[in-house]
Amino acid sequence: MDKSNIRHEFLITFFIKSAGYSAIVFVGMIFIFLLLEGLPAVQKVNLASLFSSRWYPIENYFGILPLIGGTIIITLGAIFIAVPFGIGTAVYLSEIAPRWVRELMKPFIEILGGLPSVVLGFLGMLILSPFLRNLLELPTGLTALAGSILLGGIAIPTVVSVAEDALDAVPKSYRDASLAIGATEWQTIWRVTLPAARSGVLTAIMLGVGRAIGETMTVMMVTGNAPILPKGISDLFSPVRTMTATIAAEMGEVASGSVHYHVLFLIGIVLFLISLVVNITASAVVFRQKKRQERILS
Amino acid sequence: MNKISIQNFSLQYSDGTESLRNISLDIPANQITVIFGPAGGGKSSLLRVFNRLNDLADVIQQEGKVYLDKEDILSPKTDVIALRRKVGMVFARPVVLPFSIRENLTYGLEVAGEKNSDRIKHSVEKSLKQAALWEEVKDRLDDPAIALSGGQQQRLCLARVLALEPEVILLDEPTSGLDPISTGKVEESLQDLKQDYTIILVPHSVQQAARTADLAAFLLQGDLVEVASGDTMFTNPQDKRTQDYIQGRFG
Repeated sequence: MDKSNIRHEFLITFFIKSAGYSAIVFVGMIFIFLLLEGLPAVQKVNLASLFSSRWYPIENYFGILPLIGGTIIITLGAIFIAVPFGIGTAVYLSEIAPRWVRELMKPFIEILGGLPSVVLGFLGMLILSPFLRNLLELPTGLTALAGSILLGGIAIPTVVSVAEDALDAVPKSYRDASLAIGATEWQTIWRVTLPAARSGVLTAIMLGVGRAIGETMTVMMVTGNAPILPKGISDLFSPVRTMTATIAAEMGEVASGSVHYHVLFLIGIVLFLISLVVNITASAVVFRQKKRQERILS
Repeated sequence: MNKISIQNFSLQYSDGTESLRNISLDIPANQITVIFGPAGGGKSSLLRVFNRLNDLADVIQQEGKVYLDKEDILSPKTDVIALRRKVGMVFARPVVLPFSIRENLTYGLEVAGEKNSDRIKHSVEKSLKQAALWEEVKDRLDDPAIALSGGQQQRLCLARVLALEPEVILLDEPTSGLDPISTGKVEESLQDLKQDYTIILVPHSVQQAARTADLAAFLLQGDLVEVASGDTMFTNPQDKRTQDYIQGRFG
């Protein structure tokens, strides 16, 4: 190899390496930036009032609990919708549907996944919330429930495509074996295929949850944005405000460097930590099962 | 006494690959019937007719009658689930389900609606003994079944079928992945089992066919060439094609 070739190789390897490491660097830099901008909030507002239930920044009330609560209630609602529908659709596609139905449905689900969330928010505002208001006789249809339904819808395509891949990877011989000893199709799905695809299905759910937690535009449009701390299931029918929507709505108008500004970044940190926990839990579950399988197979 | 009777049975897959043409065969109870022949001849397809596992494949055409104890099993009115409990099947490659050893055995019983835990426990032990596996696994029934060796897995699959106390056992090359010792063990248990069951075996070699067959049927590219008792078939075959195959001239 002559000299220019060596330099060539070195440059390309260097480029690919830095592209690879850049993901870590970016995450690290984002986190440092968030910390730098967010932590001053803890000095300026004491912890007790940060974790109080009143968010009214103009009068210097910076309780972020209602926002965390809003995110949690909407995400939980979305999970309740996305998990049964998503897993159900995945099971139908991979286990029951004839081939032509599958070929037809998969592109549609992908299109659903690619819909801009603002468009869904639009539908939610104009169709879903008036419908909910009339159906449940609420003072307003812009509620946590509307947000949950739409977020569930947004998470479904993610859940479906990941879970379907996992189910598809289960060997056909498992199904044959189960059917051959007299299990029905449903018993086979519930007791053999789904458990065998467990780790993939869990990943699907976690990715769906991640998608729901981070979603901003739709929830901002349909949840009414009232920072009220939800205290129970009944608060699904009242307006709430999420962390993401708060940041998006208020960041544009806040004075840079003010207390309010730092608190918004603190909310960002909390959001970051929540999705970190979700992701770590997901990969820990998958990792543990992988290791278990490797141990057994070796 | 005939357990199963096949009359003028034909089958064709939608991609036209493998098919069966006009097969008629009577399978006696409490004997080992061996269906042998070169690959792609329709042995597995025929086996999968008996428990209607072909329902899941792309079969475009199916004609003729198959009776199990005078009952037409191809009729749309047949309870396929009940049929599959009566006609158990062991596959070529051992397919243990991703559960523990015990659960692999109890699964079939539970889906069949058995709730009595004493009877389940008894049945686990009995079927493992019948499959000559009990001594090797009795202390680790709750270990994952995938941790067993290939031969043990295959005997577990046999035990899983036996736990349901079927009437007919279908074996599709049950020893193709096994070493000679495990193969010997499986064949030995088959000889014991035929007292209680009707066994239909697709062997993985002509030698195995000759060792095990009470009745032998030679299947060549979808045609049933010759049916004879095991002794006659492997010493004095009538058809030229059977002769050539047994003597290793093709296949």
